[in-house]
Amino acid sequence: MIADSEAYRRPQRSLVQAFVKFRELGIVLIIVVLAVLVSLRNPAFLTADNFRDIVLNISILVIVALAQTLVIITRGIDLSVGSMIGLTAMMVAFTIAAFPAMPPLFAIPLGMALGAALGSLNGLIIAGGGVPPIIATLGTLSIYRGLIFIYSGSKSTINAYEMPPGFRELAKGTPLGVPNLILFAIVVAGAVYYFLRYARAGRDIYTVGSNPDAARFAGIPIQRTIFLVYVISGLLCGLAGVLWAARFESAQTNTALGFELQTVAAPVVGGVNIFGGSGSVLGVIFGAFLLGIINNALTLVQISPFWQLAAQGLLILLAVIADASISRRLQRMTSRPNR
Amino acid sequence: MTQNTSSLRRVFLRWEWLLVALIVVVTIVNARLSPFFLNGTNLLRTTSDFMELGIMMLPMVFIIITGNIDLSIASTLGLSASLMGWLFMGGWNIWLAAAIALLVSVLAGLLNGVLIARLKLPSLVVTIGTLSFYRGLAYVLLGDQAARGYPPSFTYLGQGTLGGTRIPFALLVFAVLALIFGLVLHKTTFGRYLYAIGSNEPACRYSGVPVERIKIIIFVLSGVMAALAGFILAARFGSTRPDIGTGLELTVITITVLGGVSIYGGSGTMVGAILALVLVGLLRFGMGLVNVQGQVQAIVIGLLLILSILLPRLGRQLSAGLAWDRNTIRKTAMAVTVAVLFGLFFFWSRALILTQ
Repeated sequence: MIADSEAYRRPQRSLVQAFVKFRELGIVLIIVVLAVLVSLRNPAFLTADNFRDIVLNISILVIVALAQTLVIITRGIDLSVGSMIGLTAMMVAFTIAAFPAMPPLFAIPLGMALGAALGSLNGLIIAGGGVPPIIATLGTLSIYRGLIFIYSGSKSTINAYEMPPGFRELAKGTPLGVPNLILFAIVVAGAVYYFLRYARAGRDIYTVGSNPDAARFAGIPIQRTIFLVYVISGLLCGLAGVLWAARFESAQTNTALGFELQTVAAPVVGGVNIFGGSGSVLGVIFGAFLLGIINNALTLVQISPFWQLAAQGLLILLAVIADASISRRLQRMTSRPNR
Repeated sequence: MTQNTSSLRRVFLRWEWLLVALIVVVTIVNARLSPFFLNGTNLLRTTSDFMELGIMMLPMVFIIITGNIDLSIASTLGLSASLMGWLFMGGWNIWLAAAIALLVSVLAGLLNGVLIARLKLPSLVVTIGTLSFYRGLAYVLLGDQAARGYPPSFTYLGQGTLGGTRIPFALLVFAVLALIFGLVLHKTTFGRYLYAIGSNEPACRYSGVPVERIKIIIFVLSGVMAALAGFILAARFGSTRPDIGTGLELTVITITVLGGVSIYGGSGTMVGAILALVLVGLLRFGMGLVNVQGQVQAIVIGLLLILSILLPRLGRQLSAGLAWDRNTIRKTAMAVTVAVLFGLFFFWSRALILTQ
């Protein structure tokens, strides 16, 4: 598992490699300690059913957090993910309800196309217009969320009975033994892993994020790379929107409201550098898993669910503090400044 | 350097005039759309809807000028208002409860400041963490309850007007604070240091500017102002729920950036930020009068935010003689096609359900 993470680094950067290794080891340790403590209090924690619950609950988060990771690696941030999920969920749910005879699988490419369109607007404003990512996506966060209200008009919710029964199977069906939702997350994780490791555009993302000047001299199309990550972010948010609507069998005007924070939290906890240039798929999955375990554990040890948000925030803080102290130690070991 | 600063200053002067022009346009359009717009009582009453935003905007200007950001400001508002409400429901005197909440907001700001200044962590990540943490603590305190029953002496903060006049008390509070913050920013060494840190932090460290202390001070200020805004908001509502003020940080940042404060730090004026507050206030008030939904109003604000950065940049590019080569035209055509297709599907699929 740990050895896999080496794959994300170029061989000559062995120190950074060691750092990433240690980083993921740290999360795994926290997960193990937490699991032991919780299962001492409640043995129901260490059961296959509960594990399945946790994975099911973080599947959508993993998909969007990986999209967010691509953006963060280029030194950007996409705050509009929650609004993109909400808007595509609503539009797909409407379309599915209007054409009950349509095969439900068609919702997937539809959602992804709609999401990619929204993401390309972000990309255009940021890569083409030179607007800082945080400003651009802060703006489209409001704009896309507002569009949900315009779109749904007097009908602020679309419910299960209005959708064809086959639609929910997209997320809940288990043709291969595990819920489709989990399969989607695995496929996306595999695709992003392959993309970052082997695809040229994927390698370019790291270069643009770690050293834009060097990327320019190397002839890497910086603008196109940045545009691309926002399109991918939109695309995956579109997929997440479809799955969200299928899983909860409804779409509301406040679907995925505030979700952007969790999608930033998972990569940060998973060791993705917020200043760009580094981050691994495995780390992000562990980060999302840790967030999922904490929410699950709070319920199992009967701590009020109101602690959930505070615990999440505390975890983010601890993760960045640990991250900083590790990289500072690393910095002292090498004279070279480490971003 | 001198020339550079003066030309920059000219640009900002232009920016503020642009805001003034926009305010005039919005006023005229609103006055034509609704006869209730140009009404002194209405206008004064509506200002109180924006005072908590204004109060949080003041430290946000400081923070963004230094090149940092505080996403946790609305959660600090929620935490201090909830703590005050929780103590009040527990039988405490409201002013004592508010004092304790104010103290906790200092600690909240201090935690942000220490993590950012001493541990040199990025403010974006730290305050995303404390955004969840502080809001979470508000939920832990109040759960699904609401604190209510505040005495009139307290609700005066949010609802009261200055004796005999129609000027809201909160407006006076904001005006005094804005004056102080403006003077500190533009007339003191501390203010100059903020710009210096924003434009070149390493140089500041080398020349002995107490960068760490200044950063901690501005984040503590942010906490305190958030608490004040929280009291005013709770007083206006007459109750506190743990979700009070959720999401306001985004509006505050929008207003600050719209006011010409550069998100990269180093530039911006208090006058610009205040003009942006007035502009957003008038826009929202006008749209509210003609029954535009709050969320749809957010579209206009979001567009304004993006265009305020995008248009000057595009203008500069065009004036720099960047020609419309074939590549640009092709890309523009593709973008327009995507937008049109999306728009067509948007309205078509919507009509399918809504006209049934």
